[in-house]
Amino acid sequence: MSPVRIKDHWREQRLFDRRAWFAGTVMVLSALAVLARLYYLQVERHDYYSLLAQANGVRTEPIPAARGLIIARDGEVIASNRPTFDLMLTPDEVPHLNSSLEHLVKLKLLRADDIPSLIHTIKSQESFDRVPIRLDLSEREVARFAVRRYEFPGINLSPQQARWYPFGSLAVDAVGYVGTISASDLKHINQAAYAGTAVIGKTGVEAAYEKQLHGTNGYRQILVNALGRPVSRPGVLAQDLHVEPPIPGEDVILSLDLKIQRLAEKLLKGHDGAVVALDPWNGDILALASSPAFDPNLFARGISEQQYQALVNNPDLPLFNRALRAQLPTGSTVKPAIALGALTDGIVNPKKRIYASSAWHLPGSDHLFHNAAHEVCGWVGLRMAIIMSCDVYFYRLAYKMGVDRLGAWLPNFGFGRPTGIDIPGEQSGLAPTPAWMAKHYPHDYGWYPGDTVILGIGQGAFLATPLQMAHYTGILATRGLSFQPRLVTGLRNPRTHKIHWKRPILDGNLTMISPASWKVVIGAMHGVTTNPRGTAYWAMINSPYPIAGKTGTAQLTREEANGDYNRKATPEKLRDDSWFIAFAPVQAPRIAVAVLVEHAGWGATAAAPIARKIMNAYLLGPNGKLLAATPPEPLSEPANLKPRVLAGVSRTFTVLEQAARPKGPAAGSSVLASEAP
Amino acid sequence: MSTESRARRTLGGAARVLLALKVDGPLLTGLGLIAAYGLVVLYSASAENLPMLLRTVLRLALGAVIMLALARVTPNVLRRASPWLYAIGILLLLAVAAVGHVYLGAKRWLDLGPIQFQPSELMKLAVPMMCAWYLHERPLPPRWSDLAVLGAIILVPVALVAKEPDLGTAMLIGTGGFIVVFLAGLRKRVIAALLLLAVGGMLFGMRFMHGYQRERLVSYLNPEAHPLGAGYHIIQSQIAIGSGGVFGKGWMAGSQALLDFLPERTTDFIFAVIGEEFGLLGVLGLLLLYAFVIGRSLYLSMQGPDTFSRLLGGSVALTFFIYVFINAGMTTGLVPVVGVPLPLVSYGGSSVVTVLSGFGILMSLYSHRKLMG
Repeated sequence: MSPVRIKDHWREQRLFDRRAWFAGTVMVLSALAVLARLYYLQVERHDYYSLLAQANGVRTEPIPAARGLIIARDGEVIASNRPTFDLMLTPDEVPHLNSSLEHLVKLKLLRADDIPSLIHTIKSQESFDRVPIRLDLSEREVARFAVRRYEFPGINLSPQQARWYPFGSLAVDAVGYVGTISASDLKHINQAAYAGTAVIGKTGVEAAYEKQLHGTNGYRQILVNALGRPVSRPGVLAQDLHVEPPIPGEDVILSLDLKIQRLAEKLLKGHDGAVVALDPWNGDILALASSPAFDPNLFARGISEQQYQALVNNPDLPLFNRALRAQLPTGSTVKPAIALGALTDGIVNPKKRIYASSAWHLPGSDHLFHNAAHEVCGWVGLRMAIIMSCDVYFYRLAYKMGVDRLGAWLPNFGFGRPTGIDIPGEQSGLAPTPAWMAKHYPHDYGWYPGDTVILGIGQGAFLATPLQMAHYTGILATRGLSFQPRLVTGLRNPRTHKIHWKRPILDGNLTMISPASWKVVIGAMHGVTTNPRGTAYWAMINSPYPIAGKTGTAQLTREEANGDYNRKATPEKLRDDSWFIAFAPVQAPRIAVAVLVEHAGWGATAAAPIARKIMNAYLLGPNGKLLAATPPEPLSEPANLKPRVLAGVSRTFTVLEQAARPKGPAAGSSVLASEAP
Repeated sequence: MSTESRARRTLGGAARVLLALKVDGPLLTGLGLIAAYGLVVLYSASAENLPMLLRTVLRLALGAVIMLALARVTPNVLRRASPWLYAIGILLLLAVAAVGHVYLGAKRWLDLGPIQFQPSELMKLAVPMMCAWYLHERPLPPRWSDLAVLGAIILVPVALVAKEPDLGTAMLIGTGGFIVVFLAGLRKRVIAALLLLAVGGMLFGMRFMHGYQRERLVSYLNPEAHPLGAGYHIIQSQIAIGSGGVFGKGWMAGSQALLDFLPERTTDFIFAVIGEEFGLLGVLGLLLLYAFVIGRSLYLSMQGPDTFSRLLGGSVALTFFIYVFINAGMTTGLVPVVGVPLPLVSYGGSSVVTVLSGFGILMSLYSHRKLMG
């Protein structure tokens, strides 16, 4: 039996007080725990959480650097950047998507067929992400949209920078082109450095000087909210945002003389062929043309599959850089090199004449090697053999030298190896060098004396590119100096406009060849253009300055070696290639040129006139007199360089101002005029 | 001399008014300062949402009116009303279960025409009142049979609210009742046993929890496990507080809050906005205000003349503390995220009125003490 309990107020009050004090203690301890936690978060780890908070709200947006210009030696800008305008749509801000798009169709800014796929694209994106709905508007389209801009909430013109080749296909095989960055490009670039960059150099100078042209992209930090939507809140939140301005790429200055380049391309028009002209004293390439050419602007903004297939399937191979990559038999143009080798090695006495009939009989066999067209040379010495391009003489000479000597001499003139030109893609041609022989004909097995014989007229195991031929002509012109051919002579800092000139690279000097030998061979090459029996006599007749040249007619069929060649009866693709090499003036050469016209027959008829016109254009003034030689180095800054067009087009000017702006900024007159399809 | 006496006269006059209103001046001041602080923070946290601010002011005004009214009601009336209030609360909870308004997957609201009302809020007051009423006539500490009755009084509404489901409120209701029992002198051994039971029950209960409840618990234990899921709240809240540092980023300059990284920043996570914008100093200031209000409340309840007053008053004070502690704890990552608002600061419906009503009752118990004892 428990006793009846009575309420004891005093005791209960004390019980409550004890409990209250206990609760108070627990509360103080709990509060201390909270305070400790706050101290940990806000003092101990403040830096860490600040960083996290910063990273939360800040996104980094790249600002692409303006790509450097490519400028010809006279200051004309051959590759520039142009502002283009894309139509961008922000789904969030467009109240009536369908009617807006239909309205754009009515303005002929969109095609009706594109609407369904556009809507699909728009719907698949975040509603606040800008979607490009039309790229590269023409000037007129920009104006048409700009005046009605108020009718299109959420649709804006977005200024971009695109590569622009104002002269289209001019010098495309030297300058190259840019294209969208491909998966294989990604492998050898620093991807972080290319964030924000749309294109990359694919060929030519654009590829070789990609690093210098590209510049350094900048970035801009933008404030975004938790959904990733950019917010523009001035003041406190934005104060730490950083903008790193891009460093524009360097301008590249080319050795190309656009006057010569234009002429070369004009003269090649309608032919498959190539022209390379250079300054023999430094390797500066004055013209580098390959025909047919193509418009690099197609690639700069993304070529359509259809356009690309058309280029690839063209039987004349416009994308094929013949100047650097066409490896062809050179025909008789190789004879001066063989003559110099034979003279130096003492194989031939320049004074001694031999009788050359229409064919030569290889000792120890019954095989006959014919002169072209069964011509009879008669009594000829080395000089006359070069002047009239006597094949029989050179069959015999080659035979006497043997393949070992030929294989040792040809590389001295730049054959069988790359010239080292400063753009990628050149082929090294073919020469029967000892290494090549050892690889393909070990112990001379399978190599017949006849194979050596035809080397004497630039046939057989001997192939060269037009670039190699021009390089070789330069070595002849300088009496033995081999300069690496080059397109880029200097780099210009886009800010200071200071030009860093590159030094020419001398990579060989044929000192073993005696002045007397040079005199004989160059005299003979002069005779080619001045002696009435010279193969280029008629092509070069009455030249106001002395020219040293050599024709070449490279045979592509077997019948030719037998002298049974009938040009008209041979399919075009198997007809002779026409070569001509020349330098002028003979005693103080300022230009060396190599011309190839494929399937055009005699070197004298197709290639030589082209070479003559190019030399005339370079050497003669408007009055037909020889121009005074310009001092070689250093060149002064191109005088009429136009002001630089900077990329990252300032977003402050309004679209209307843009639309009202005069014609494009770069050298081209029709920068924005082409109506896009 | 004359200015001083005028000032003293003004103060004296104010004190007389407060006395006549049965209002405790220091407590009223503390609550007013907290509410004012809350409005300043809410202005920033809501991104200058004036209608939201206006609604909060109106709720504070409504709560203040109810508080002043309750302060004038005598404790005897309150005590006698307790079982009725409790019964009404239970009925309303059943009504919610039957015809309640579903919002965000939970049935918590009762739609009374223009007013939407959470009966669970009423139970936050009704349960401690009922417990205090039950213990008032009985000798303390409570006997086993009393504990059984009290257990039923507490657990029935807790179960109904937990089923809504509103685990946070259910827990707070249970805590309010338990505090009364604790203050009444519940034996320490029983307290220890109950704590063990609670932990065991929580582990067991996890099997019956709704997905989001379990996730909240798991994410509390390891927030980085779901950085974009349930752990997101905790992580972003800690980033906000931590990045505030000692002095804060300044009013209306909290990037976490303004850029929407901090979820529920006007309601349950408003404490993180304070930490971000006003820093450790701003948080300390607020916590000092809370400490003052809680200390004053505890002091007032210790002055209570009878068991009912003391138990109910103590419960109001301690429950208020638990709100603050849990909210500060969950935003700083000390305790799991349970939907407990920061009293008088968080934007939100009934809780302002409930809290202020509690303090009204406390004031009544204290200011009428001479009429009883």
